[in-house]
Amino acid sequence: MSDSKNNHHKTDVIIIGAGPVGLFAVFELGLLDMKAHLVDILDRPGGQCAELYPEKPIYDIPGFPVISGQELTDSLMKQIEPFGPTFHFSQMAEKCERLENGNWQVITDEGTTLEAPVIAIAAGGGSFMPKKPSIPGLEDYEGTSVFYAVRKMDAFKGKNILIAGGGDSALDWTLNLQPIANSMQLIHRRDDFRAAPDSVNKMRALVEDNKMKLHIADIKGLNGANGQLESVTVQPKGEEPYEIECDCVLAFYGLTMKLGPIANFGLNLHENLIPVDTEKFETDTKGIFAIGDINHYPGKLKLILSGFHESALMAQQAFRYVYPDKKLRFQYTTSSSSLQEKLGVGDKAA
Amino acid sequence: MKILVTDQDGKEHELEGLEGWRVMEIIKDYGLPIKAECGGACCCATCHVYVDESWLDKLYPMREEEQDMLDEAPDVRDNSRLSCQILMSEELDGLKVTLAPGSEID
Repeated sequence: MSDSKNNHHKTDVIIIGAGPVGLFAVFELGLLDMKAHLVDILDRPGGQCAELYPEKPIYDIPGFPVISGQELTDSLMKQIEPFGPTFHFSQMAEKCERLENGNWQVITDEGTTLEAPVIAIAAGGGSFMPKKPSIPGLEDYEGTSVFYAVRKMDAFKGKNILIAGGGDSALDWTLNLQPIANSMQLIHRRDDFRAAPDSVNKMRALVEDNKMKLHIADIKGLNGANGQLESVTVQPKGEEPYEIECDCVLAFYGLTMKLGPIANFGLNLHENLIPVDTEKFETDTKGIFAIGDINHYPGKLKLILSGFHESALMAQQAFRYVYPDKKLRFQYTTSSSSLQEKLGVGDKAA
Repeated sequence: MKILVTDQDGKEHELEGLEGWRVMEIIKDYGLPIKAECGGACCCATCHVYVDESWLDKLYPMREEEQDMLDEAPDVRDNSRLSCQILMSEELDGLKVTLAPGSEID
């Protein structure tokens, strides 16, 4: 399996989303000799299972009385290994267009272009994007003084930085940027942190040494002009508000799912979901399928197992587009020697 | 058993409470807009509600996990709770909550 960036790739099926359903689609496609490239905004496979509840037990996966989100992801990765999928992580599928040769092209925000006759959208609730605090006038400063991620550490060199949040991202960046910042301050709503205790101890030591400041308060206002922040107004619990001087804010309040650019793919939408038929799970656009939580049809249940079923039926129709001249033969993995060969278990006696 | 839910637009709704159900599930089942994206696993803070002060003492106290998760919700107040962590029971008949910032569907 490989991870690649900034290239043009031609494949059989482009899968948008590397959650459990996108991963299992690799398996179903693989059995029918179709190769897949997957795009995901996260930096690892698993989707919601990896980002929201890696440690939480799931009780309704057939055959597993209990399995955690991470275990399910790991098992799926093992299951699809024989099919060598290519992953494009930390990238968002931004555009989708039809090429003159009839293929689809998906372009990511990193400039990767993927070409295939079939697209399977397995994007769940959409792309994971940063949660934004509710502060008036926030938009005026986003991208210039307010950020939700650190792309290049150098951009924060010599700055007066205020970091907001109490989780690992907030604490990790506090520790990483403190040495290169002109000044570092951390703001959190309570004097208790869910981040790793070791990072919290290191942060408290820096505060002790007067190398940074910790504020237990909420950000209420941003002050500055033309997108350049000068200070923020903060409200400590039960006390008078005050101002903190800083020229940038890094806010880490976790991630939430938003439909994102898929809304502009030209597909019909029903309340942010993509309507499909229940025979092939194809959208109203030929060659584009939607599987898992992102699709909609009468009786739809947002269950991982439904997405698995949808993957299998999608693959049947995808085969007809990828191999228009071949006859599709339905086979079982238990008995078909050719399927077993694909799975790398071929020489076992029946 | 009833719960009274004020939506993000300030409109109050009377919902049938279901014994043993999470308040988030009751709100979702009724069709009010609540994101609740992790589905009740206390992993996302998108079922954030403000509980009417008079009911606060009657609720099962917050576990550390819920307090931690609230760090990701905007405008957290003393009466903030994640509605997926409130189980409906007879003692909570008449519970009043308001859908809080972060719970809205985009």
